[in-house]
Amino acid sequence: MMRFRQPSVIPGFGLTLGFTIAYFSLIILVPLIALVLRSAGIGWSGFWAAALDPRVLAALRTSFVTALIAAAINVVFGTLIAWVLVRYRFPGRRIFDAMVDLPFALPTAVAGISLTAIYAPNGIIGQLVAPLGWRIAYTPIGITIAMIFIGLPFVVRTIQPILEEVSKEVEEASATLGASRFQTISRVLLPSLTPAILTGFALAFARAVGEYGSVIFIAGNIPFVSEIAPLLIVIRLEEFNYQGAAVIATVMLVISFLMLFVLNLIQAWSRRRYGYGS
Amino acid sequence: MEVRVQNVRKEFDRFPALHDVSLDIASGELIALLGPSGSGKTTLLRLIAGLERPTAGKIFFGNEDASEKTVQERNIGFVFQHYALFRHMTILENVSFGLEVRPRATRPPKAEIRRRARELLDLVQLSGLEKRYPSQLSGGQRQRVALARALAIEPRVLLLDEPFGALDAQVRRELRKWLREIHDRTGHTTVFVTHDQEEALELADRLCVMSQGKIEQVGTPDTVYDTPQSPFVFGFIGESSALPVTIENGDIRLEGRSIGVSTSEPNGSAQLYFRPHDIELIESDAALSGHVVTSRRVGGTRRVELDIGGAHRVEIDLPFDHPAAERSQIVFRPRRWTLFPDR
Repeated sequence: MMRFRQPSVIPGFGLTLGFTIAYFSLIILVPLIALVLRSAGIGWSGFWAAALDPRVLAALRTSFVTALIAAAINVVFGTLIAWVLVRYRFPGRRIFDAMVDLPFALPTAVAGISLTAIYAPNGIIGQLVAPLGWRIAYTPIGITIAMIFIGLPFVVRTIQPILEEVSKEVEEASATLGASRFQTISRVLLPSLTPAILTGFALAFARAVGEYGSVIFIAGNIPFVSEIAPLLIVIRLEEFNYQGAAVIATVMLVISFLMLFVLNLIQAWSRRRYGYGS
Repeated sequence: MEVRVQNVRKEFDRFPALHDVSLDIASGELIALLGPSGSGKTTLLRLIAGLERPTAGKIFFGNEDASEKTVQERNIGFVFQHYALFRHMTILENVSFGLEVRPRATRPPKAEIRRRARELLDLVQLSGLEKRYPSQLSGGQRQRVALARALAIEPRVLLLDEPFGALDAQVRRELRKWLREIHDRTGHTTVFVTHDQEEALELADRLCVMSQGKIEQVGTPDTVYDTPQSPFVFGFIGESSALPVTIENGDIRLEGRSIGVSTSEPNGSAQLYFRPHDIELIESDAALSGHVVTSRRVGGTRRVELDIGGAHRVEIDLPFDHPAAERSQIVFRPRRWTLFPDR
């Protein structure tokens, strides 16, 4: 049997746990339950009909696939940026470091409009690829780019402190043992960053799935092509179809929760394995 | 493998860390680089390892110029103060790492790597812990893993940077003895850095005492302890007291009064250094008489601090049963001492 309460010298277990649960309920649980109840109001068959609507499925697929791709790309380049910021000293490093946080602070609509202006067929980058017959804005590629933009700081900021903690000595030890630079990175550095990379991935992914403001400008919002689920929710609301909106939201919620839960399990496993926090 | 450091200079951002240092390390020798922090001892060790490049000068491994070689090419074993183990690898994987990253042509087969790693874990008395992760070991065990890992690549030189610095006193003493045994058994040329003179005196064949980026003295523990070549070495190795004296016709005087010992040094002012236990008590009246300020028991002796004429303080050792009450007057003269003339 699991012991509920470990004896401890730290006082206030009851008080703090009580407060935590109350606060957590108020801020997170109650709104979510209200959402689920609202969507349940139309009954099973109504729920499935709304959830399995082809346009809804297409929007969900667009949202999750682009978010996964964006998070994956962010992990690669976010790790690289974190590494450069931690390991090298160069002029302007602090400014560069501060700029990483800008996507956090910038109103998402501003980001969305700027990105659209750049990637639209007549924009600075858009007109470079237009002659090749490529389009970035108003396609899932554009959506992915907007998601990369807003997700990057999550990856950099989760990996940076862990990388700072991986002492330079460990890299030096690897070199003295004869490992090449590449071997040091692939066999020593990256494996020890795995838990942080997973966390960064989860955060960037979660942010991207829920993103609305920056994406809708660049997405073009063509149903079945570049329409994201959060936008479809807003469309349903504008149609006064509140239950339809609640159904899409509930499906997103369940999928996101499952994915984040699995990621958390992997993280916990890798943390144990790599001996963090012990 | 003998190592020769030749006129090496190292600057960090124009700040000199080592000035023109030369040192010959004999093959199979266990030598300690000893000095206070900032003396350049770790810099010298890292230069030998190839973790730093010298600003000027050369480093030879045998007859081969190693100065331009990378860390990887030098084939050295390096042990860090904070172990620097790979925490996502088991103990066995840590020890095997150096062999597994070798290019295919020189890499032993997998079974052979495992066998050698096990053998080394046996040598460092950690058999049975192969499957553990570094976070599951104590500090002393981790440092032994680090040593096994360094030995696995069959290094030409073994370099240790304050290897026991992060361990508690008891474990430190054990590992010290044990490192000496390993060294005697494997015969690697070993250089270790320490700021702990007791550790250096006990462990090393030779000491290299450093201060402010320069080598002050190199020699066996006995030589360095008994015949220090500079006031710094005298003060840094072992206990010491110093007095400003003048020499007049072979007579050593403190504040104009003879202290009862003579020298062949020419006239002038100098610093008189002696160790607290190298003194003898005398009955007659002499300059070196003072009253007891503090007195404490140190092992089998009593360490007494004397105030001489209100201007100087020295420490001397007395038999523990000496009735040295506070404020009582004690007269002594140094039995062995060294003069360093003022320049």
